[in-house]
Amino acid sequence: MEKLEYPQLGETLYAATLPNGLRLRVLPKPGFRTSYAAFATNYGGAHRRFRLDGQDVITPAGVAHYLEHKMFDLPNGDSALNILTANGADPNAFTSSGMTCYYFQCTHSFEENLRMLLHFVSTPYFTPETVQKERGIIAQEIRMGEDNPGLALYYKLLRQLYLHHPIRDRVAGTVESIEEIRHETLYTCHKAFYAPSNMCLCVAGDLEPEQILDIAREALPEACAPIPEADFGPLEQLQPVEAFGREPMPVSAPQFLIGAKLHPAPAGEAALRQRLTAQLALRLLVGASSPLYTRLYADGTLNRDFDYEVDFSAGTGTVILGGESRDPERVLQALQEEVAKVADTGFDAARFARAKRASYGARLRGLEDFDSVCIALADGVFNGYCALDAPLLLGALDKAACEDFVRQSLAPDRLAISILDPKKV
Amino acid sequence: MELTRTEIMPGVWLNHLRSDKFKTACMSLTLLTQLKRETAAMNALIPYVLRRGTSGLPNMEAISAHLDELYGTAIEPVVRRIGEIQCLGFYASFPEEDFLPEKPKLLQAASTLLGQLLLSPATRGGLLLPQYVDSEREKMLELLRSRINEKRSYSLQRCLEEMCCCEDFAVGRFGGEAECEAIHYQKLTRQYRSLLQSCPVEIFYCGRAAEKQLADVLRDALMTLPRGEIDYDMGTDVRMNALEDQPRSVEETLDVSQGKLVIGFRLGECMEDPDLAALYVFNSVFGGSSSSKLFMNVREKLQLCYYASSLVDTHKGLLLVASGVDFGQKEAAQAEIFAQLDAMRRGEIEEDELQSARAGVASDLRAMLDSQGELEGFYLSQILDGSECSPLELAELAENVNTEDLVAIANSVECDLIYFLRGEEAEPEKEEAEDGEA
Repeated sequence: MEKLEYPQLGETLYAATLPNGLRLRVLPKPGFRTSYAAFATNYGGAHRRFRLDGQDVITPAGVAHYLEHKMFDLPNGDSALNILTANGADPNAFTSSGMTCYYFQCTHSFEENLRMLLHFVSTPYFTPETVQKERGIIAQEIRMGEDNPGLALYYKLLRQLYLHHPIRDRVAGTVESIEEIRHETLYTCHKAFYAPSNMCLCVAGDLEPEQILDIAREALPEACAPIPEADFGPLEQLQPVEAFGREPMPVSAPQFLIGAKLHPAPAGEAALRQRLTAQLALRLLVGASSPLYTRLYADGTLNRDFDYEVDFSAGTGTVILGGESRDPERVLQALQEEVAKVADTGFDAARFARAKRASYGARLRGLEDFDSVCIALADGVFNGYCALDAPLLLGALDKAACEDFVRQSLAPDRLAISILDPKKV
Repeated sequence: MELTRTEIMPGVWLNHLRSDKFKTACMSLTLLTQLKRETAAMNALIPYVLRRGTSGLPNMEAISAHLDELYGTAIEPVVRRIGEIQCLGFYASFPEEDFLPEKPKLLQAASTLLGQLLLSPATRGGLLLPQYVDSEREKMLELLRSRINEKRSYSLQRCLEEMCCCEDFAVGRFGGEAECEAIHYQKLTRQYRSLLQSCPVEIFYCGRAAEKQLADVLRDALMTLPRGEIDYDMGTDVRMNALEDQPRSVEETLDVSQGKLVIGFRLGECMEDPDLAALYVFNSVFGGSSSSKLFMNVREKLQLCYYASSLVDTHKGLLLVASGVDFGQKEAAQAEIFAQLDAMRRGEIEEDELQSARAGVASDLRAMLDSQGELEGFYLSQILDGSECSPLELAELAENVNTEDLVAIANSVECDLIYFLRGEEAEPEKEEAEDGEA
């Protein structure tokens, strides 16, 4: 395996690509009792149209998530979830719009658990009965989300931003769309996207990298299957579809999100650089120590429920910031004024240097959490970079790039705001 | 990793866990006081007001800029309720110097700032600044009111409030809304000064610094802490029985598309000498994991819901079961939840259910050693219980829990209250009546 040293971070990463195309990353963590493994496919809720064996396939909203629920069924009737749990492991899975990930953590029998993880994720077993049985549970999961203001607002914003990209639709689908899902649909999607060539295994713990490599070799299919090309439709314009939207919901105070679309940089270092630049620019513009946030916090417009992020998924890039405010439109106005100011005079140099330091410290802290490290590594693999390069690349970012990001990506015609107003009872 | 516990100043205890496997060190400082309705809201507000400004860093922007300078050191207010003890203070985390090019003295800088936040707030005429108090009071009110937004946690909170309506536990960690509204900066300053004098202080540290060095740094940082008579007289009122002979029932309506069922139980006589390991394993078998009876039966077998899970509060002696179900399925889900508890009372626990729960609980406890945040919470909770058990010792105990232990707990448990949150349109009888009239 290739050994990548990060002496400044006190980390060593082992990397390999198997003949079947699987990308493997092992991060040894001496002294830790917990081991963690994430087995991820570059396939999520947004991969609904694709080309397989020369044919166009169109699938209903919610298939990737439905598949995630059903993958735990084993052909002998057992549930991989129960087997792993019985072994003391803590298994789970998630589906986002761009990725489906199966993971567990445990404090003993890691190798046995890892074999089980690789086995069940690469063994499709669906029958009409087992697929039908899950429909009610997933419908309840969808309903639960309908009552969740955070989720409702998030999708409301995405619909204002995106015209047709499938990222607009809930990953879990709707109660209606999941009605169309059959066991054949699940087989088709598993065959298309769960080949090792489209997957990545990231492991952290007090482990021997070569041993992990051996297990991955033994447990997975040998063939290197072609990767289907997903069709997300034509490239979206950078302007939102609808700049303003509001609707009532039973919430205590107005909830809001402000968003902007980005065109993702090509895979590789450019992708990582784009992420870091956007994150640093947002930290400077609206972070906890920014003049904008501290001012709006002090005057009562914002409270502690405020956050920002930039999310790259399924060929999209989206800046999202928001939280709770008695006056979301005032936040938008203040943001626009601040953007104009930065566009004009730039960021203060001393503040820029401090933000870099703070961001470095935060990234160091992020390395403690196996879960987020492994997911970040997998996301990096799918986008052609190594997540552990982030802290060092951060040092090389320049102020002008962050200012450019603000000037262009957050220009007035790029922003959309979505508001949930408290419903009068 | 061995925890050492030393009194470094009167009533100030340093709990030190040396470890060099982390890249960040963590340090928390917690004032302990009895949770009471009259004072809970004021106490909870204090760390948030203190975080607004110190004599040297008079506003949030100055504090944040300083934290950025310290490589993203984080110091945030933390307010908890452990049983009926209110715990208030700050949680700090900062990078270990070894991973920073300039090797700055972050332990010293973070401790100093922690001390200043606690002891040297921005004041005028010796009083906390009214604009900070007013502003944080309004934000706290927003926070208290926002709990209705998340229906899952809101329904749990409502069940606890109703179930413990005659106990201080019901006010929650942040206190009540009415008490919060009444907060005034002069009275808050008096409360602040009185807490500083009388509260026991627990400091927890996990990182690379040696104990002696840490104790010296902290004594410096807390030099001006006024110490009067320390009030150690605090505790939790554990009620063994339900309030009434039959479980009470509370139903509320909101504009929701899914119902939320929460069933509250008293753990009962097993709380006389609580066996923590057995309670954890009991919860895991009953509804605390994805192989639990509730998950396997209410969700997987009957498909009544997406979640059906249980949690125990070993300090207050409570068991809560929560489930998100369609309005029409409430009775079916409730019946199945009780049926599963009855099965446990009869000892119907499969060997693999027991084994899986023991392994899961033990593994979670061992994994705690890899998370500073969890270690901090674990040890604070152990200290309040007067227990010296480490996560590893508790893990070993969990592995030896047997079926009889679980049957005893199941038989000790007593249902107190059933809470159900339903949607506004979910009253079919009424709708039919309206149709009839039309």
